Amino acid sequence: MTPKNLYGVLAEFQTPKEILDAANAVRKEGYVDFDCHTPFPVHGLDDAMGLKRSIVGFIVGIGCVVGATAGLTLQWWSSTIAYPIIISGKPLFSWQAFMIITFVLMVLGGAFSALIGMFHLNRIPTFHHPLFNSDHFRKATDDKFFVSIEFKDPKFDLEDTRKFLEIIGGKNIEVIEE
Amino acid sequence: MSDTSKNTEKMNDIQEAPLVQGNHTFATITEKISSITETPPPKGWWLAFLFSLSLLGLLQVSILYLIWEGVGIWGLNNPIGWGWAIVNFVFWVGIGHAGTLISAVLFLFRQKWRTAINRFAEAMTIFAVICALIFPGIHIGRVWVAYYMFPIPNSMLMWPNFRSPLLWDVFAVGTYFTVSLLFWYVGLIPDFATLRDRAKTKVRKVVYGILALGWRSSNRHWQNYEQAYLMLAGLSTPLVLSVHSIVSTDFAISLLPGWHTTIFPPYFVAGAIFSGFAMVITLAIPVRYIYGLETIITMGHLDKMAKIMLVTGSMVGYAYAMEFFIAWYSNNTYESFAFVNRAFGPYAWAYWIMISCNVIVPQLFWSKKLRNSIPVLFIASIFANIGMWFERFVIVISSLSRDYLPSNWDYYSPTIWDVTLFLGSFGLFFTLFLLFLRFLPMIAISEVKGVMPEADPHHGEEH
Repeated sequence: MTPKNLYGVLAEFQTPKEILDAANAVRKEGYVDFDCHTPFPVHGLDDAMGLKRSIVGFIVGIGCVVGATAGLTLQWWSSTIAYPIIISGKPLFSWQAFMIITFVLMVLGGAFSALIGMFHLNRIPTFHHPLFNSDHFRKATDDKFFVSIEFKDPKFDLEDTRKFLEIIGGKNIEVIEE
Repeated sequence: MSDTSKNTEKMNDIQEAPLVQGNHTFATITEKISSITETPPPKGWWLAFLFSLSLLGLLQVSILYLIWEGVGIWGLNNPIGWGWAIVNFVFWVGIGHAGTLISAVLFLFRQKWRTAINRFAEAMTIFAVICALIFPGIHIGRVWVAYYMFPIPNSMLMWPNFRSPLLWDVFAVGTYFTVSLLFWYVGLIPDFATLRDRAKTKVRKVVYGILALGWRSSNRHWQNYEQAYLMLAGLSTPLVLSVHSIVSTDFAISLLPGWHTTIFPPYFVAGAIFSGFAMVITLAIPVRYIYGLETIITMGHLDKMAKIMLVTGSMVGYAYAMEFFIAWYSNNTYESFAFVNRAFGPYAWAYWIMISCNVIVPQLFWSKKLRNSIPVLFIASIFANIGMWFERFVIVISSLSRDYLPSNWDYYSPTIWDVTLFLGSFGLFFTLFLLFLRFLPMIAISEVKGVMPEADPHHGEEH
């Protein structure tokens, strides 16, 4: 096998506790380009893998500000410049009445940025991925837990990495090709 | 020694029943929920589907005739320019409140029991809001100019009036629909991946594959996903409370006696939650029975929902009483008349149906025995739905029919087309809901797994 079409190594684990210990072991061994695949988010796995806090929150914050600004600007511009009409003697820029749509558009902006931010950070939709070549991997959405270590990791060595995953308790160890 | 054993006994009494009952493992949860979408539906599903589909046909015919003939086919008159259409609109929006409340508010409060019911409560929300949106859409009369409601640059150089609560409504309900849909879809992504990985046929592989967006259960993804989900919950929480408040301003900002009150926003929100939970119970009871989901949607879930109905039903009762008190205390003749007229005037029958269904019936749920009786729950939830429809009827019709000038008064009766449109909207709702039961995972598979005791990495360790 040429390293060119090698993606990495995949190992299967049986319980949340096993995957948590495995993630700790892989990180301590010095691997960086590795991932865990679990049917549901396992508590404590982020720390075990040494992941930093997600930045989706900041993206949502920006989305909320953009949404609220757009909402208020639209109302200000359309009722004072584009189409100024006096209704029940109220000022053209009746900001109190405009707060509701400003709020609603803030929520809308935040919601879309949560979705788009999450999609972007996760690089989805990506319909093809080398891991889908593995038959065992289908169980990742059912009841099995997986660790994948990528070829591009500086510490990656086909034989050593395989052995290492075996030592920490991985089953059905597979070499994944692109 | 005996003290300790007593304490342990007490602890066992306090401890709640497990969220997932029976001997489920992760694999059996996947199997149980996914197989519903993979095997042919039970006969009952087909019967219900054909029935709903025919009601949907009725809705289509009624809408076409309405567009052809105009709103004159309804029972509207002067002064009652808002008839059943607005009653139905508020009714359906109200029902649409439980889904996002369960998925967002209960999520923020870490109420783990929500996982068994959030998926189909959210679906219910989305379909109820679709039903709701039909009514103002067709009520405008000239449906082909519905786009006047949106701030779209047009050749007439006109812009909508942003000071109007009716326009706030367009934005609030539209946003609520969009955000609920996003929330629902984000929750569905991991479950679509489960269905994709189990798919046996090419069509299922492709369709669920596209919907799953290439989800590969990666923990690096879960991390962003969980935070996005938390953010959506945080954003939806004020939204769900604001939507019905804004709907209530349609009434509260007008000057009509019986509408122009500051209690409307919280009172509408409490009523919406009440009706939404009633609808969730109405739907959950047959669904868990037909599909054998009693171990996932347990009696504990129904018990908790009944408690929420008791709380919100009593809040609504308090609001009814407070409206009367303020009408008297304000010393405003018109306001006092409006409320006396509600309870003893020509629409007294509707008022007392509303009081019995919304205030008296939920009081049954003080009793644990009744909260745990399926027939009582089912019947009480249907009564709550009826009562909440009548609440909106009382508010809309009784106030409009008796305003300031007696020469302006009239009595309102619906026509056959009012009735067909209302029945037809149930056809739309149930058609969508049955299709959802058939093709989408009706319970959040990954979330239910996440609340099982086995999901805790420290499960089985001694403390």
